[in-house]
Amino acid sequence: MLSVKNLKASIDGTEILKGIDLDVKAGEVHAIMGPNGSGKSTLAQVIAGRDTYEVTAGSVTYQGKDLLELPPEQRAREGIFLAFQYPVEIPGVNNTYFLKAALNATRKHRGLEELDAMDFLALVREKLKVIHLDEDLLHRPVNAGFSGGEKKRNEIFQMAVLSPKLAVLDETDSGLDIDALRTVAKGVNSLRSKDNAIVVVTHYQRLLEYIVPDHVHVLADGRVVRSGGRELALELEKEGYSWVETQAAGPAKTRG
Amino acid sequence: MSDQIKLERNSEAAEQLTNRDYKYGFVTDIEADSAPPGLSEEIIRFISAKKEEPEFMLEFRLKAFRHWQTLTEPDWAFVNYPAIDYQDIVYYSAPKAQGDGPQSLDEVDPKLLETYEKLGIPLKEQEILAGVVAVDAVFDSVSVATTFKGKLEELGIVFCSFSEAVKEHPALIRKYLGSVVPYTDNFFAALNAAVFTDGSFVYIPKGVRCPMELSTYFRINAANTGQFERTLIVADDDAYVSYLEGCTAPQRDENQLHAAVVELVAFDNATIKYSTVQNWYPGDENGVGGIYNFVTKRGKCAGANSKISWTQVETGSSITWKYPGCILQGDNSVGEFYSVALTNNCQQADTGTKMVHIGKNTRSNIVSKGISAGRGQNTYRGLVKILKGATGARNYSQCDSMLLGDRCGAHTFPYLDVQNRTATVEHEASTSKIGEDQIFYCLQRGISAEDAVSMIVNGFCKEVFRELPMEFAVEAQKLLGISLEGSVG
Ligand SMILES: Nc1ncnc2c1ncn2[C@@H]1O[C@H](COP(=O)(O)OP(=O)(O)OP(=O)(O)O)[C@@H](O)[C@H]1O
Ligand SMILES: [Mg+2]
Repeated sequence: MLSVKNLKASIDGTEILKGIDLDVKAGEVHAIMGPNGSGKSTLAQVIAGRDTYEVTAGSVTYQGKDLLELPPEQRAREGIFLAFQYPVEIPGVNNTYFLKAALNATRKHRGLEELDAMDFLALVREKLKVIHLDEDLLHRPVNAGFSGGEKKRNEIFQMAVLSPKLAVLDETDSGLDIDALRTVAKGVNSLRSKDNAIVVVTHYQRLLEYIVPDHVHVLADGRVVRSGGRELALELEKEGYSWVETQAAGPAKTRG
Repeated sequence: MSDQIKLERNSEAAEQLTNRDYKYGFVTDIEADSAPPGLSEEIIRFISAKKEEPEFMLEFRLKAFRHWQTLTEPDWAFVNYPAIDYQDIVYYSAPKAQGDGPQSLDEVDPKLLETYEKLGIPLKEQEILAGVVAVDAVFDSVSVATTFKGKLEELGIVFCSFSEAVKEHPALIRKYLGSVVPYTDNFFAALNAAVFTDGSFVYIPKGVRCPMELSTYFRINAANTGQFERTLIVADDDAYVSYLEGCTAPQRDENQLHAAVVELVAFDNATIKYSTVQNWYPGDENGVGGIYNFVTKRGKCAGANSKISWTQVETGSSITWKYPGCILQGDNSVGEFYSVALTNNCQQADTGTKMVHIGKNTRSNIVSKGISAGRGQNTYRGLVKILKGATGARNYSQCDSMLLGDRCGAHTFPYLDVQNRTATVEHEASTSKIGEDQIFYCLQRGISAEDAVSMIVNGFCKEVFRELPMEFAVEAQKLLGISLEGSVG
């Protein structure tokens, strides 16, 4: 479904991603871990098409298409969803209105009829049964004044309504209480199917107890330094990232 | 514009000024459908005669004209435009009517109705939607259709064209015309007083709550016709009225001057809500064409506990020069100003409000949202004046500016004049750039860049839109979207 090859990206002339390889097949769940500043969010944002990052080398294919050719809104409409590490506040824009606009843009793109207010509301009600979100939040402006946890829940709620094919969750578990964590896991697991794929960026093994990954990758200094099964996450929890330092420096690279 | 061009235009204007003598030789032809271009006592007499006005109106006009001749055009606003040749403007033109003037929509020139429909304001449909909105439509300078009058008449409400009011309610006109905006007020107000051809008049009698939004759609159509409307709204004790003024104009090449005057008077416990959506032709992306919108709007809270609320959404015109204000004379009276002004391409807007506190415990509330895109220049200019007697007066002003791109500008000039120590005055201002992160967030959800910008800008203006009547709020949001087209990328 998603194939990243030797991807290099920089921001303001600083290279952040230094050759990433990642292969995500339909039906799989991948976890990406790694120290702060290693480039996890950068990777997520480059996949979503943020143009503040400049892709300098490599390729990204999504469902057989050259993803880097597509503008971000097309990527979204083609089924890529990014749950932001820092969801953005949009003052004055009603959360439900925003979500309806998003859903209908995607439906239109897929040749489906746009949902009217009634049908949309019905869908929202249905999703509310799975993802618990304070209904009050639906009527407030997008993320404005939401608590950290509320913002994350809102991201997952959006994901549930938009039902993407490839969901990238950037530290959606950070700062969540245990109930919220279960909600996030529920959202992800209900999206899980043989046709969809999910990439979760996380620092904690805890989330992975609820969302069991098929693959775990460790990112360090803009490279995937290790890949493995879910046991790798457990190992990281125990050992930390000190070993990564040496590995990331690697024989081919001198740091200074 | 370059100084060179400006210089050329100025000397051109000067030349026309010196060559204009022949115009004074024009002989009034009362049968003519329009006056020849130019302004003189003759022309004013022609307009007044054309409109079969009583003597006091002609007097009013002539006094205003003589005063206007002593004035020079103001240049303090933060706007820039070539000199206007006032002798090149047609001050009177009537659309071709069949017979003596239409009694109903059926009798209205179908061409006119067609134009309305093209503009998306189906007058017919509005008539069918009986009881929702009464429309007193002004086409060029003469009212061609007035609806719902019967229903309003039952309540004693007068809602008619200004010309009609002059004939049917001369006492009211005589009493209130110029009582809030005297012809001596400013250059454009004097010009309007001298030459205005039509507009609307509203009178709400004591204790009557007007059951529907009163609405007038102004259109500018005939080439080179300066539009000088005059609106007068009087709400007697305990009366309530909400008035909507909406405008769109067909595209044109020549700059057109628009200098309207709006006067509002509210007596004890009366409330007047005045809402405007202004969407005149803004000129093309190089600033060619477009309307010059130099308007004087003022309300007087004459009675105790009265309230006047201005809400405006200004997206059109190439130049806007407009400061709807309130004179808070009655004790405990309230003045409000909610404004969204958007400038794109080469548009310039210098707008704001004047709140003059005279009575005790008077309050004013100002919320201004300025949006600049392209090379647009947006200026907020607001005066809050608290006079000696205004014990306990309060003002709150909030002026927010949003910039789209880095070639546009936002400017804020708040003027304060507080002469009473018990008064409280608060002013907050902010300037922000539309966030790249906000746009990306929308894009990532599949929303197009244009929709994203329009959504974010509409969100920014929410506090103002909230003040608009429902159907107007929807129109206003659409307008913002349309006006911002092409401003991203
Ligand atoms: N404008 C910029 N100029 C230079 N470096 C930048 C810029 N923006 C981000 N970076 C750097 O890019 C690196 C990767 O950042 P990124 O947000 O991808 O890390 P991360 O792995 O998501 O970290 P965390 O776990 O803290 O979320 C960081 O070192 C960051 O400082
Ligand atoms: Mg991150």
